[in-house]
Amino acid sequence: MIMEILWFCIITFMLGMYVVLDGFDLGVGILHRIIGRTEEERTALIKTIGPVWDGNEVWLLAAGGALYLAFPKLYASSFSGFYLPLIIVLWLLILRGIGIEFRHLIQNPMWKSFWDSVFSIASILLAIFFGAALGNVVRGVPLNQDGYFFEPLWTTFTVIPESGILDWFTVIMGLVAFFTLLSHGANYIAMKTDGVLQTRARTAAKLSWWGVLLLSIVAVVATTAIRPDVWNNYSAYPIGYIFPLGGFIGLVGMFMYIIKGKDTKAFISSSIFILMMLCATAFGHFPNLLIASTNRSYSITAYNAISHEYGLSVGIIWWIIGIILTSGYFIYLYRSFRGKISSNQSGY
Amino acid sequence: MDALLIDRLQFVFTISFHYLFPQLTMGLALLIVILKYLAVKKKNEHYNKAARFWAKIFGINFAMGVVTGIPMEFQFGTNWARFSTFAGGVIGQTLAMEGMFAFFLESSFLGLFLYGEKKLGQVGHLISAILIFVGSWLSGYFIIATNAWMQHPVGYAFSPDGSVHLTSFWELILNPWAVSQYAHNMIGAVVTATFVMMSVGAYYLLSKRDLEYGKTFIRTGMIAGLISTIFLAFPTGDFEAKNVATHQGPKFAAMEGLFETKQGAELVIIGQPDMEKLRLDNPLHVPNLLSFLTYNRWNAEVKGLDAFPRSDWPDNIPLLYYSYHIMVGLGTIFISIMILSIFLYWKKKLFESRWVLWILLLSFPFPYIANTAGWMTSEIGRQPWLVYGLMRTDVGTSATVSAGNGLFTLLGFLGIYFLLGVLFILLVIRTINNGPSSTTETH
Repeated sequence: MIMEILWFCIITFMLGMYVVLDGFDLGVGILHRIIGRTEEERTALIKTIGPVWDGNEVWLLAAGGALYLAFPKLYASSFSGFYLPLIIVLWLLILRGIGIEFRHLIQNPMWKSFWDSVFSIASILLAIFFGAALGNVVRGVPLNQDGYFFEPLWTTFTVIPESGILDWFTVIMGLVAFFTLLSHGANYIAMKTDGVLQTRARTAAKLSWWGVLLLSIVAVVATTAIRPDVWNNYSAYPIGYIFPLGGFIGLVGMFMYIIKGKDTKAFISSSIFILMMLCATAFGHFPNLLIASTNRSYSITAYNAISHEYGLSVGIIWWIIGIILTSGYFIYLYRSFRGKISSNQSGY
Repeated sequence: MDALLIDRLQFVFTISFHYLFPQLTMGLALLIVILKYLAVKKKNEHYNKAARFWAKIFGINFAMGVVTGIPMEFQFGTNWARFSTFAGGVIGQTLAMEGMFAFFLESSFLGLFLYGEKKLGQVGHLISAILIFVGSWLSGYFIIATNAWMQHPVGYAFSPDGSVHLTSFWELILNPWAVSQYAHNMIGAVVTATFVMMSVGAYYLLSKRDLEYGKTFIRTGMIAGLISTIFLAFPTGDFEAKNVATHQGPKFAAMEGLFETKQGAELVIIGQPDMEKLRLDNPLHVPNLLSFLTYNRWNAEVKGLDAFPRSDWPDNIPLLYYSYHIMVGLGTIFISIMILSIFLYWKKKLFESRWVLWILLLSFPFPYIANTAGWMTSEIGRQPWLVYGLMRTDVGTSATVSAGNGLFTLLGFLGIYFLLGVLFILLVIRTINNGPSSTTETH
């Protein structure tokens, strides 16, 4: 019982760190060609994430590793079932990383503008895919009695048991993620730059906030419509309302601080919004990990997918050591590169 | 093509392509630490520029290693779901540890090392180089420990549902197979880096530019190279062979091309396995040497393939045999090249001997080939097992992923990696042509 909850929380936490940290990298990517109009401006935008994006991305890998350790059946079932979108995500991650790292190696406008587009397109698609992935987890997938499934990219776009990755519900979730990360990235850019980039980023943050608000409401209504039981845990343990409430406070805070031009606080607010909404979803989802849309009894839950006790207790010990070390590296890394990036500064 | 074949091809392609990059970065991390240490200790800008130049090459390789490495962790789940369900209770441990203890360390300090020299100061820059070295070598250990468990499962027990789970953390981490495989593999990575460094040095000397750097690269590569090439054969290669002989009989017999059990078995140098007649064609061998190398007795009995049921034979014996012989053959050539270079250097003739410089220039691809062949020996030889003695490869795939979907992603990987390969070569050639003298401190 303890191990199931503990590892569920650890994985939620690590995924949350991934979405908050790599989320602003993706947000910068989404806005890259819109906010950055000249080559120098785009260079400055890349520089805001240059030394940190790789470390941010590691949270996804580390969360994947923790998932494999704690719930091997879930890892095996979901990764093979989401085969196509997952591999497409891998390709996009490859292109995004290469776009960032190779752009500055050759001083040629054509070369740079090519990688700018690759970086942008990959970031946009990744944001949508990650949202759709969360949508699939919430909605459920056609698991068979052995606990496996395979989902095509789309079937009829309606929410049916034999669904595809993309249907109207998961597309909405994809759009929520897109707008959320866009506005998160805008807050990050506003915090890390000055001058014209900052002005444009603030405008983007202001405009996209309305999209986040509207789509969040739609997403909550849609989730309630297709999975009314997400509220069961909240009825049983009302303490859980702390998460949606925290998310709401984050959302309101974002707007207030954007209006006042307090960029760092707006960025912290959007981080809180993302983290809290993810926790709210996870809280409503537990103990389900992957719901069977075909037959509820085939669902993969924290209780039937949990790994053996011994490995998990050893894992907790080294995980705590690891997270302390990792926090140290990240604090040091972010402190070393704190401050604003100016758009007329040259080179790394 | 059936799904199993596509899954195997996709894994072998993505892992072989991926491993072209870490083998250089792991070795180069050590050489950069040495150069950076000399720069700090001697307060010498020459070594600093040399370190920065290699840091650029390192950066490009590291980026390639990162982006091609992510698919590896995910493919255990995407293409080998039944294997992941079966073995996740054990290898989930090492794979998760790699993320926590190696990737975070490497990725945090890589940003600092590449972009933070001015901010960190010289000693801080050296420390970040050391931490990248530690991170990348730790990463190597967790992966080898995972592979070693698949070669030689330890510290596990069966669960009621037929999967395995961990019973001893330290047995898994200190698996004797992992320790010897790790030593051999990491030294192989150092060999790649030394040959690449010497090759670039030879290129500068032969094209009569950046002469001082050329000499530094050759000197550094040569000293590290002599030590590592010898260590590659003895004791690490020797240990590895003895491990295989003790625990993986059919692999050992197939590697050595030994079809019949023999007392005083010969060591085959060259020959072609004939799978119809089950013999070696045109063999060239040294009598009794295999018995001696394996058991330290000239007349010891060595088990041939005939001692094992055919269902336990590796499924591609000729390829296994050639991989092994290519690796060993190249290893021998590497030692000769290093001894020749050291000898000429001692005679103070190395930098003027153009023919040796040409050999050094052209030899850089061969450590890559040898390392790949070594891994092929290890992995083809593990067949038909996915986990040695516990799980066969054909029951480890994802049951729900069809061959058609598999082929789609395999073709996608082929296309993307081809493009990446072309870009990578272009960028490395540019960096080498720009040369070390133009490198400056980074902000």
